[in-house]
Amino acid sequence: MADKRIFEIYRYDPDRDAKPYMQTFEIELEGTERMLLDALMKLKKLDDSIAYRRSCREGVCGSDAMNINGKNGLACLTNMRTLPQKITLRPLPGLPVVRDLIVDMSQFFKQYHSIKPYVVNDTPPPAKERLQSQEDREVLNGLYECILCACCSTACPSFWWNPDKFVGPAGLLAAYRFVADTRDQARDERLDNLEDPYRLFRCHTIMNCTDVCPKGLNPARAIVKLKDMIATRKG
Amino acid sequence: MALTIQKYDAVVVGAGGAGMRCALQLARAGLHVAVLSKVFPTRSHTVAAQGGIGASLGNMEEDNWHYHFYDTVKGGDWLGDQDAIEFMCREAPKVVYELEHMGMPFDRNPDGTIYQRPFGGHSAKYGEKPVPRACAAADRTGHAMLHTLYQQNVRSNTQFFVEWMALDLIRDAEGDVVGITALEMETGEVSIFHAKCVLFATGGAGRIFAASTNAYINTGDGLGMAARAGVPLEDMEFWQFHPTGVHNAGVLLTEGCRGEGAILRNKDGERFMERYAPHLKDLAPRDFVSRCMDQEIKEGRGCGPNRDYIELDLTHLGAETIMKRLPSVHEIGINFANVDVIREPIPVVPTIHYQMGGIPTNIHGQVVVPKNGNPSTVVNGFYAIGECSCVSVHGANRLGTNSLLDLLVFGRAAGDHLIATALSSKAHKPLPADAGDYSLARIAKLDSASGGEYPQDVANDLRRTMQTHAGVFRTQKSMDEGLVKVLAIAERAEHLSLKDKSKVFNTARVEALEVANLMEAAKATMTSAAARHESRGAHTVDDYGDTPEHPLGRNDRDWLRHTLWFSEGNRLEYKPVQMKPLTVDSIPPVKRTF
Repeated sequence: MADKRIFEIYRYDPDRDAKPYMQTFEIELEGTERMLLDALMKLKKLDDSIAYRRSCREGVCGSDAMNINGKNGLACLTNMRTLPQKITLRPLPGLPVVRDLIVDMSQFFKQYHSIKPYVVNDTPPPAKERLQSQEDREVLNGLYECILCACCSTACPSFWWNPDKFVGPAGLLAAYRFVADTRDQARDERLDNLEDPYRLFRCHTIMNCTDVCPKGLNPARAIVKLKDMIATRKG
Repeated sequence: MALTIQKYDAVVVGAGGAGMRCALQLARAGLHVAVLSKVFPTRSHTVAAQGGIGASLGNMEEDNWHYHFYDTVKGGDWLGDQDAIEFMCREAPKVVYELEHMGMPFDRNPDGTIYQRPFGGHSAKYGEKPVPRACAAADRTGHAMLHTLYQQNVRSNTQFFVEWMALDLIRDAEGDVVGITALEMETGEVSIFHAKCVLFATGGAGRIFAASTNAYINTGDGLGMAARAGVPLEDMEFWQFHPTGVHNAGVLLTEGCRGEGAILRNKDGERFMERYAPHLKDLAPRDFVSRCMDQEIKEGRGCGPNRDYIELDLTHLGAETIMKRLPSVHEIGINFANVDVIREPIPVVPTIHYQMGGIPTNIHGQVVVPKNGNPSTVVNGFYAIGECSCVSVHGANRLGTNSLLDLLVFGRAAGDHLIATALSSKAHKPLPADAGDYSLARIAKLDSASGGEYPQDVANDLRRTMQTHAGVFRTQKSMDEGLVKVLAIAERAEHLSLKDKSKVFNTARVEALEVANLMEAAKATMTSAAARHESRGAHTVDDYGDTPEHPLGRNDRDWLRHTLWFSEGNRLEYKPVQMKPLTVDSIPPVKRTF
């Protein structure tokens, strides 16, 4: 079934363009393009210079995050039926653009790295696994599944203002994932690392993060828990 | 033109499970290492693995590595090398415990141990009954593992070169590997990485097929680089069709569904696997289940208006089990099939999933090639691990959960071996004077070409051809025709052109370079398949059916041997299968029933 769509796509190639511009494409889809990524690939066959990242096409690798009609999301999980005839695509907001829909994610990963995203446990491990109760393991659900797509952090006004000082929702979700892991021994240092007017407390509970997360995770709740832990630990 | 030269003890190409497990070993040993990846490490395809890691921990029921060893040999239809299989199965518990100590969020049992689920072809007591051996983190095991490995590499300060695409191997006059060339995608610049050792962990080439569970990045880059540098590819005719890819979407639904109790049904609602595999039923190995599904469809018992798929039924598992153990499967059903698997069965078809063959190696990950009468002569300075390699632990058909295991075991083993090699050789061997010229010429050709074909058009023709001529059921005639077609497409692939000539993050150029690698993998597959005149594991040919002399079409007298394909001259050689394990008795070939 013919399905005419109008794409407005942010274009910028520093090799050629003095400044960014929006380019309009009209395309007839066949109805077999289930997801936005499928439609983008069809568009790329018409103009091979449209640049975007993509890999797994099933929402687990986190490559194809972009701003879709004003809201951050993954192209591979955005069903074409949920989109209007006119589709405006921009790179994720708040990060430097490398080219077209590709952003420089260095700042995002720098913040992720800053929370020491790994279990710290310096006691010699047992010969087998460290035991963990089912209840303790369950606490990690909703935390460890993050795919680092950056939809949340780049939807957060606090991150836009202070990407160098505010850890951002993705990094804070990860911080809570390690604080909450019973196998981790660095809880106090982790909380010390966040007890700062910017790193954690720049979050003003705007909730954009939770609203856009393509995996249905809730960074805002993790942030509240971190704030609570810091508020109560000295009490 | 003088290229920038960067010097390292070792260069690891690929940052999936294997590359990062190895890199971790190297970083902890203090080696000066560069890890190159086309994508940010956690975007590598390991992230998509769902079901589990195979290891005989015995947390649920009695299990031991001997059973695992037997299952892997039999699952691979006796083409696997029994020394490598013994090594992998014995190491398995250790590497899983290590991963847990690193922080991997495994699911847990009431006693706090790692949760394990049954999986296809994994049995207790040598095939008697299914045994829970797959160590799982819900149905996100690959994601949890890849992120855990990345996290540990962050802790160990591993130096990643993100969005760098390796282009070609550099070998010196003696054939030793002394480095690689690579393209920095953001700038379009090519550099030389000069190293004492180069390790490939570049993954498979699942994108040579039209319907694939694989990520778009799985273009066989390591295979292409190795083949162009004169290194043969082993057993490339063996490609695994996963029984449960979502119909019309290709997205994988883990075998863990069936491990948790899901059932395959035909149009009559019949649990047909009971007929084919009375002991293991739905949990027979993948090649076997895929063929049974295809048989049902061929005989008119497929489901749907076109009778062209099978239904995977999870409805009896209940919402609680599904949401706890298989949450991603539920999500995939909604997103890619409009099906809520809690309430209704989901349409599935066998879908290309895994490449059993690859760059030939020994159990230390060293690449080995035939030379002076020795079929396994080490190529100095060159290692390969994971799906791009063929060690060979998977033989003619891989068991589910053995791939993540393979990455961990051989990532670690190759790392340890490489450390010893790199530390024992004090100086780098010099680079040849023309190092880098070949890569630059390939790029210059793409940049100057006009009027040629668009790379994805050629790649799509290749994928359709492979799908038609190298599918679940093969015929000699179809493979012979397929080979002619693939060689013709390879000719076309020599004349690609791009409209986009930009230096900055030129994804069209990257895709064109990937097509060159896809072509090598496809030629290897088609040539090796057409030449193997028997049915074994995933290579099932109608012409070679079940006879008293050749049970299920397998001809051990003539074909119990590994294929070696050479790109130059599109030529084949063969080498023996290692039937002798390291310490235990060999498992002799018998007819494969489940």
